Amino acid sequence: MKLDFTPEETAFRDEVRTFLKEALPEDLRRKMINRDHLTKEDTVRWQRILNARGWAVTHWPVEYGGQAWTPAQRYIFQEEMALAHAPEGSPFNVNMIGPVLCKFGTPAQKDRFLAVTANIDIWWCQGFSEPGAGSDLASLKTTAVRDGDHYVLNGQKIWTTQAQHADWMFGLFRTDSSGKKQQGITFLLLDMKTPGITVRPIETIDGEHDANEVFFDDVRVPVENVIGEEGRGWDVAKHLLGSERSGIARIGLSKERLSQLRALESRLAADGTLTDEEQRRLAHKLAEVEVELRALELTQLRVVAADAHGGGANAAASILKVKGTEMQQRMTELVAELAGPAGLAMPDHDHAPNDPDDGWIGAAAPFYFTMRKVSIFGGSNEVQKNIIAKTMLGL
Amino acid sequence: MDFDLNDEQKMLQETVTRFVAETYDFQKREHALRTPDGWSREAYAGLAEMGLLALPFAEEDGGFGGGGVEMMIVMEALGRGLMVEPYFATVVLAGGVLRHGASAQQRGDIVPGIAAGERILTLAHGEKGLPRHTLAARTTASASGDGWTLDGRKIAVLHGQSADTFIVSAITGEGLSLFLVDAAAAGVTVEGKRGYDGVPVATLALSGVNVPKDALIGATGQGEGILARVFEEATAALVAESVGAMAETFDVTVDYLKTRQQFGVAIGSFQALQHRAVEMLMQLELSRSMAILAALSLDSDADQRSRNISAAKAQIGKSGRIIGQEAVQMHGAIGITAEYKVGHAFKRLTAIDALLGDRDWHLARLVEKRGVYPASA
Repeated sequence: MKLDFTPEETAFRDEVRTFLKEALPEDLRRKMINRDHLTKEDTVRWQRILNARGWAVTHWPVEYGGQAWTPAQRYIFQEEMALAHAPEGSPFNVNMIGPVLCKFGTPAQKDRFLAVTANIDIWWCQGFSEPGAGSDLASLKTTAVRDGDHYVLNGQKIWTTQAQHADWMFGLFRTDSSGKKQQGITFLLLDMKTPGITVRPIETIDGEHDANEVFFDDVRVPVENVIGEEGRGWDVAKHLLGSERSGIARIGLSKERLSQLRALESRLAADGTLTDEEQRRLAHKLAEVEVELRALELTQLRVVAADAHGGGANAAASILKVKGTEMQQRMTELVAELAGPAGLAMPDHDHAPNDPDDGWIGAAAPFYFTMRKVSIFGGSNEVQKNIIAKTMLGL
Repeated sequence: MDFDLNDEQKMLQETVTRFVAETYDFQKREHALRTPDGWSREAYAGLAEMGLLALPFAEEDGGFGGGGVEMMIVMEALGRGLMVEPYFATVVLAGGVLRHGASAQQRGDIVPGIAAGERILTLAHGEKGLPRHTLAARTTASASGDGWTLDGRKIAVLHGQSADTFIVSAITGEGLSLFLVDAAAAGVTVEGKRGYDGVPVATLALSGVNVPKDALIGATGQGEGILARVFEEATAALVAESVGAMAETFDVTVDYLKTRQQFGVAIGSFQALQHRAVEMLMQLELSRSMAILAALSLDSDADQRSRNISAAKAQIGKSGRIIGQEAVQMHGAIGITAEYKVGHAFKRLTAIDALLGDRDWHLARLVEKRGVYPASA
């Protein structure tokens, strides 16, 4: 047993660090530090810089542009990205539809979509949830009825993140309702410009517009856009939701937030905002949160090391989603506490840049509010616990 | 980065885990608790036979030179069995002082007896009216004739009633110093009690106890440095023991959820209990990660070592409390009876938090060091 990275891994870390230092545009870095709103163009610009280096879709198979990295390298890359304040690419492109196409796509689908997905020449959104199908996703009702060479879609999706930017959607649609609810679901790709699609914004509690409702009214989708087989979409969706566990706890992100908290601790102590007693209490809270972060980080590293041997079922892996999201939420909660009454004023709605010194104050509470979503999306933490109880504990 | 045990370590784990499972079940433990010693000489002899009592000592002293990982393996297994024998008191605490402070002559005199299971040593350091985990003491040692005279009173001395020799911390002109004190020496009074966790515990009164010159361990004034080092190793060992106790508690609880029937179904079919069992699993895995971190930190530089070990002890203080309380609650009334294992595990986990600095103590130390992570990270 040993904790240290190998010399090769340390050299890799330096290579990533050097690249990020040179390649990450300063304006993007500042925006990330100040918790400014990132535009679609910001995300696309950074993704293309990464893609030019061959590092946009590193966990895809090598023949589709991925890197033959070890789990430790993937962990290092992700941590360095977070510590360098680099934006994350589009998860829908990189972590969701990309791996699905690599595994289930036909040669024609791969040719058509993979390269443009990696480069965000097309921006994807995910059409899974419906008003009546959240945690119970398989009860989804939006129908796709076969009509010649097309499916005709009718119904509604909801919580569709960034649908307003999206060129294409991947989603789950009901092609058969005669059997078990997991059967008869088909995974489809559709062009968002197809007639009959209406996108309606949902404002969230952070004052932002990231989520949407998407309505389908006789939307015609070519049959060639089925991923896998008709009626087998549930298997595709399970693969999508189960991939990428090396980064699921997002330790790097929490470490970056921690360093922000440590900087704020010093600053607010120095400028007189915090009384001695408040400083004492804050220091205690930060120590508590660091202990748990360290435990989570080690647990993540155990999973990374196990994955290097082929992985498999691992009790440590199952806790990462739940504890990782709780940790991310705790960090934002602490920043919001520090902002205090000065943080009541919301940032400007025109997305003017936050003040470099005090921008964090206005951004703190909205960020805290919006981060409540991380324990809800992608399978709520309660659903995760149901899965762990069933698969790990046999209950 | 590598979290696998090597072949020798795997063999050690297999051997000691099997020994505990096959020879130290709950009934055996209960029986041991009712003997005059309050622990099993037979089980302790078994540990000696496997070489475990010699494990951490250097090869030149007749030991096996085992490090943090080997100690973690052994302590986790002892934790699973809730073993009450003086392994921690004699091998980890007193043995640690001998390894880090004693002369070759002293080690040569004592270590073989420890390794054979024939000698029981323990550390007598804590005192009433002082902070609960501190390097300070009020017991004094004054030079007298060719040796020293010790006066004072020590509390919470683990296995004090069985010890043939105490390692006593006392203040000399040069500061805290450590002395070997024969239990049979004139002026030594031991008042033994049974600990709530089953581990015997004693008060040691020293009234004008004369010890020879060579009873001093290291030089005068070196006590703080030696104890600080020993306490960190011993804390890592306790963290590993707690992981064993938590793992056993968790397994017993999950079994119970599958077998206990109420309202016509196994109670494990209730989601309220499933989610709480999952939280127990998560606490167990976080703690296991920290036991590994603590074990692997023992050879790091002093600053990193103490940060990691405090973080580990703070984590298991919280996790042990959650797992212990939840296990009792989910068992219902059977969980608070003396005839059932879970309540005893809960008590041992409570004792482990209290020993060598509880969660709050270690959090306070981390605050002093400005956190778990060094400033550059």
